[in-house]
Amino acid sequence: MEMQQFHYDNKIVKKFLYATIIFGVVGMAVGLLLAFMFLFPNLTDGISWLSFGRLRPLHTNAVIFAFVGNAMFAGIYYSLQRLLKARMASNLLSNINFWGWQLIIVAAAISLPLGYSTSKEYAELEWPIDIAIALIWVVFGVNMIWTILKRRQRHLYVAIWFYIATFVTVAVLHIFNSLELPVSAMKSYSVYAGVQDALVQWWYGHNAVAFFLTTPFLGLMYYFVPKAANRPVYSYRLSIVHFWSLIFLYIWAGPHHLLYTALPEWAQNLGVAFSVMLLMPSWGGMINGLLTLRGAWDKVRTDPVLKFMVVAITGYGMATFEGPTLSLKSVNAVAHFTDWIIAHVHVGALAWNGFMAFGIIYYLIPRLFKTKMYSLALSNLHFWLGTLGIIIYALPMYVAGFTQYSMWQQFNPDGTLVYGNFLETVTEIIPMYWMRAIGGTLYIIGMFILVYNVIMTVKQGSKVEDELAEAAALERVTKKRTSGEGWHTWLERRPIQLTILATVAILIGGIIQIVPTIMVKSNIPTISSVKPYTPLELEGRDIYIREGCVGCHSQMIRPFRHEVERYGEYSKAGEFVYDHPFLWGSKRTGPDLHRIGAKYSDNWHFNHMYDPQSTSSGSIMPRYPWLITGSSSKLDKSMTEAKMEAMVTLGVPYTDEDIANAQQNMLDQGAQIEENLHNDPDFAKTYEADKKYASDNGETFIEMKNREIVALIAYLQRLGTDIHVKPEQQ
Amino acid sequence: MLKFVKNHMESIAGIEIYPMISLLIFFTFFVLLFWWVITAKKDYIKNVSNLPLDNQNDDIL
Repeated sequence: MEMQQFHYDNKIVKKFLYATIIFGVVGMAVGLLLAFMFLFPNLTDGISWLSFGRLRPLHTNAVIFAFVGNAMFAGIYYSLQRLLKARMASNLLSNINFWGWQLIIVAAAISLPLGYSTSKEYAELEWPIDIAIALIWVVFGVNMIWTILKRRQRHLYVAIWFYIATFVTVAVLHIFNSLELPVSAMKSYSVYAGVQDALVQWWYGHNAVAFFLTTPFLGLMYYFVPKAANRPVYSYRLSIVHFWSLIFLYIWAGPHHLLYTALPEWAQNLGVAFSVMLLMPSWGGMINGLLTLRGAWDKVRTDPVLKFMVVAITGYGMATFEGPTLSLKSVNAVAHFTDWIIAHVHVGALAWNGFMAFGIIYYLIPRLFKTKMYSLALSNLHFWLGTLGIIIYALPMYVAGFTQYSMWQQFNPDGTLVYGNFLETVTEIIPMYWMRAIGGTLYIIGMFILVYNVIMTVKQGSKVEDELAEAAALERVTKKRTSGEGWHTWLERRPIQLTILATVAILIGGIIQIVPTIMVKSNIPTISSVKPYTPLELEGRDIYIREGCVGCHSQMIRPFRHEVERYGEYSKAGEFVYDHPFLWGSKRTGPDLHRIGAKYSDNWHFNHMYDPQSTSSGSIMPRYPWLITGSSSKLDKSMTEAKMEAMVTLGVPYTDEDIANAQQNMLDQGAQIEENLHNDPDFAKTYEADKKYASDNGETFIEMKNREIVALIAYLQRLGTDIHVKPEQQ
Repeated sequence: MLKFVKNHMESIAGIEIYPMISLLIFFTFFVLLFWWVITAKKDYIKNVSNLPLDNQNDDIL
């Protein structure tokens, strides 16, 4: 058999590793800043692009797509070449994948703080960036499948199936969730509304966790854990069952993010059933990973790579036990909207993804530079700081979650809420937020140690950019050889068929859940009194989206006695039919806002947005002065008609007359709010003084009715009022 | 589970067959999968699970 010589491309792996480390530092640093904003809400006072609502999506996107994403690419580009005994098919595609992905990250890092956001979690990026993501993702997929076709190893190892499933599913999810109608270069509206948007978003959101944070890393686990332990995976049979059952079940689980919401009951139950079943393949995978170390546990004592991987897999086991538990309706009632969920996702991100990425970095860097790690002691120190960081992060968040729910739902004997003021439930858990910030600090210090250790290792090593290898070319498979082989053995030689089958497996779940909700109108009972937003309210809603209010405030009152008592009538599916996108939220750092309309005066909202601590002592909401004063407060009304027309295309019944009168309508509604604001003598005095000052000094003065705050007040005062329930005072 | 789906989809004729079909497809698939996994030859499994370890110039200096 003739041996062929070829070179593995280590350069692309190295680039992705560097990007992993750089964006890891960035993503974690932003996270830490956010953690401190809970303690010092006015830490970045008055700087719109450093406000909590805008930085939160930056943190989640940076960690998921930049840190974990680059680690995933680094691991795949390294292991794929070696498992297939072939260099990546195209250097050009590899580099387009790398540079394109980094450009997308930079575009996200600029556009999110500037407020360009669709508000859909983990899919906040606006439509031009969405298109770029789709293109780069296809480049990655083509490069991978092309390399598979050029392979010198007939059998596709289980890791590669996970890579293929990742590619196919993320493509499907990203495209369907990002279907949006552009209004301008950086503004679009989701084509789905309300309940449908929520269902599609969480079908995406949950599977972003499944197919971006889980399946590629399971593939990496199946390659790097055997490598680091120097023994084959515990059970290859188990890995086959693990793969198919995991991808089939995961895709159905999304609706467990929407329990007790206005989502139809059957979809909620379907999500729960599949989430509970998911425990089996998840733990099958965890056991397979951990038992790979059978007879090698002594190595775990000395090798930092294995230490990181063991904690990573343990974290995976914990998070995947917690997931099905959280999807049970009774548990979900407690955990949803609280910090419990923050603990849950950080066990996943910090332990499973973070530690697996660190393990891979410590495994690869010495091999890519033909040397040893600069300091074993520093690697170990990183491990212990990181582990301690995870514990000090997660435990207080669990306590905070339980405390929040416990306080939210306590009643006095006379039927009133014990903690009627939401703020009491916030100030109670500030010590927990302190501990969380300390845990996060430890974790990022560990990351800095990694940076130093890697720099010193790279300095002392010599890089091997193209690593020589040799292997025999694949021969044609003869009939004789394949006679009697099982159908799955056949499938494992057939990348294209495997890809198609994996796609079918994930599509069935998606179609069965989403198509009926979208096609069948009767699933969403309509309410005749629910009308589209006025032009000013629509603009106000876009400000709400831009500022990321949805990061801390839900708009979804669940049908619980304590929620109805606290917030008002529970939310109905029919109330959201004009909400493109939906803004239900997933976390209540502040109270729910669905019935906030008409609850407080316009002045209250005005003062609250200018200085939340003045109306609500001890509030941890930041100030929003840029909506109220200065040139930034001028409401941009140039796009209003275009926005309304886009809404008409999406099925919102604005008439031509509505659109033609939009400007006048906005002025009238703005003037009314301006007049209401004059009820406060302090406001009237300051406002008139400002007006006089501007005219005396020849400065342009923006009338209150033309400021962003007025649009926001208009929107807030409209929220939840359409069903004409009498708002309850807290 | 069928009853949750059915009531909401009465407007589509014959829709009840869809969940049944998908259940059957997956049931058959997983039965075949388990059958293959259990009956796969030992040396084949051993061979395949050693794939990641079968590489050259892998050591650190």
